[in-house]
Amino acid sequence: MRYAMVIDTLKCVGCSDCVVACQTENDVPIGYCRDWITETVNGAYPNIELELKSERCNHCDNAPCVRCCPTGASHQLDNGIVLVTGNECIGCGACIESCPYDARFQHPDGYVDKCTFCHHRLEKGQLPACVSVCPTKCMYFGDLDNPNSEVSQLLKNRKHKTLAPEAGTKPQVYYLI
Amino acid sequence: MQEELFTSGRNIPNIDPSLEIWHWPISVYLFLGGLAAGLLFFAGLITVLGKDKEYPASVKFASIVSPIALTLGLLALFYDLTHKLYFWRLYTTIRIESPMSWGAWVLLIITPISFLWVMSYYSELFPKWKLKFEFLNTFEKFLQKNRRNMALALIPLSIILGIYTGILLSAFNARPLWNNAILGPLFLVSGLSTGAATIILLAKTAKEKHLFGKIDLILIVIELGLIVHMLMGMYAGSEVQLEAMQLLVGGEFTLMFFGFVIILGLIVPAILELTELIGYKIPVAIPALLVLIGGLVFRFVMVEAGQITRYLY
Repeated sequence: MRYAMVIDTLKCVGCSDCVVACQTENDVPIGYCRDWITETVNGAYPNIELELKSERCNHCDNAPCVRCCPTGASHQLDNGIVLVTGNECIGCGACIESCPYDARFQHPDGYVDKCTFCHHRLEKGQLPACVSVCPTKCMYFGDLDNPNSEVSQLLKNRKHKTLAPEAGTKPQVYYLI
Repeated sequence: MQEELFTSGRNIPNIDPSLEIWHWPISVYLFLGGLAAGLLFFAGLITVLGKDKEYPASVKFASIVSPIALTLGLLALFYDLTHKLYFWRLYTTIRIESPMSWGAWVLLIITPISFLWVMSYYSELFPKWKLKFEFLNTFEKFLQKNRRNMALALIPLSIILGIYTGILLSAFNARPLWNNAILGPLFLVSGLSTGAATIILLAKTAKEKHLFGKIDLILIVIELGLIVHMLMGMYAGSEVQLEAMQLLVGGEFTLMFFGFVIILGLIVPAILELTELIGYKIPVAIPALLVLIGGLVFRFVMVEAGQITRYLY
């Protein structure tokens, strides 16, 4: 079992529905977010290219946040999901400094918070909130260890990239390009 | 050309671009931790070498500073935690991969030893204030007998403490300025140098001032060499490291780094200490204070600048 997310940047319109769905589902305090939309313009006029995408914690295979956590509050499940146990976290900020994606933040209650791939929904057999609401259906979620899963098939057939692979973190959110 | 906008989520003040979550307490702690590591290392070394009668400042007077520095440093660290009541979680686990876990455990051992060390010199340091309880006198005698054992423990512990303040930063591959292996030795040498400077300030005999002046001079030269190596390594590095280095060379931290750390904090004190050793009369407090201020500014520059550097994607 290796959960991963695949996001089609060609289908994403940047509506931020995933952001709002996450904030509602996970009770994210006002002013914070676990996922966000970026709008990237590449090239010089008139040859410019626009890329829209939804970003979040990459649930890295080689997660630096898990490595540097002094208490073990940041940990990785067997299915690859990186989680933070709030009452083990001391709020030292080491994991925030170690994340190349700036995916973590200090919750107003003190502990560090981030995307969980909606772990609590997966247990009930549901998809993550962001994936389930996407109006263009540009987000896919599934098991990479299963070669027949939708995500495995997409990565097999489509050109894709990950964010900052040079950081050596082996990110597990893939972007179709 | 690439232009990126955060259309939702991260264009908010609590997340980006203000992801600077380590503030002044961390810089102050890194300085105080390095200083205490330097002081305890020299106290241990001089005792093990059996020269404690010849160099009383390093083992006796300066050792009062180390528990104070460690206590203030720990308070600063605690102040910077956001989930303070859970700090004890540090001591329910040992995480080999996490430098902060190493640091927490070393501090748990070395801080009490630094207090016991001062306690073992109590009757010499405060001859006028007699201990009221007999068992405290017995305890002091016991500590005096074990001073050499404490010294033997202090040498490796203080080296780990000094080096960890650097490795703490260098373990973060997401911050390219910090992510170089030389930061550990660099912070250790800088810490030893500030320790030597404190001993110079508190020394009463010319002999001891000269010895630690020489030690400090050597340490400053090594530190300069390590800084050159750090910059060279980044020059030869990837794009993110080049960008990180530009903050120090030609960027917003250039004045602080070259002006206060390299020139005022290292080169000027080195020249002053050298002229003093040759025989000219220079109050040694000036280079010693410059080294201490330089060490503090160095921690501030590294912590602040490091948090600006990141991977762009």
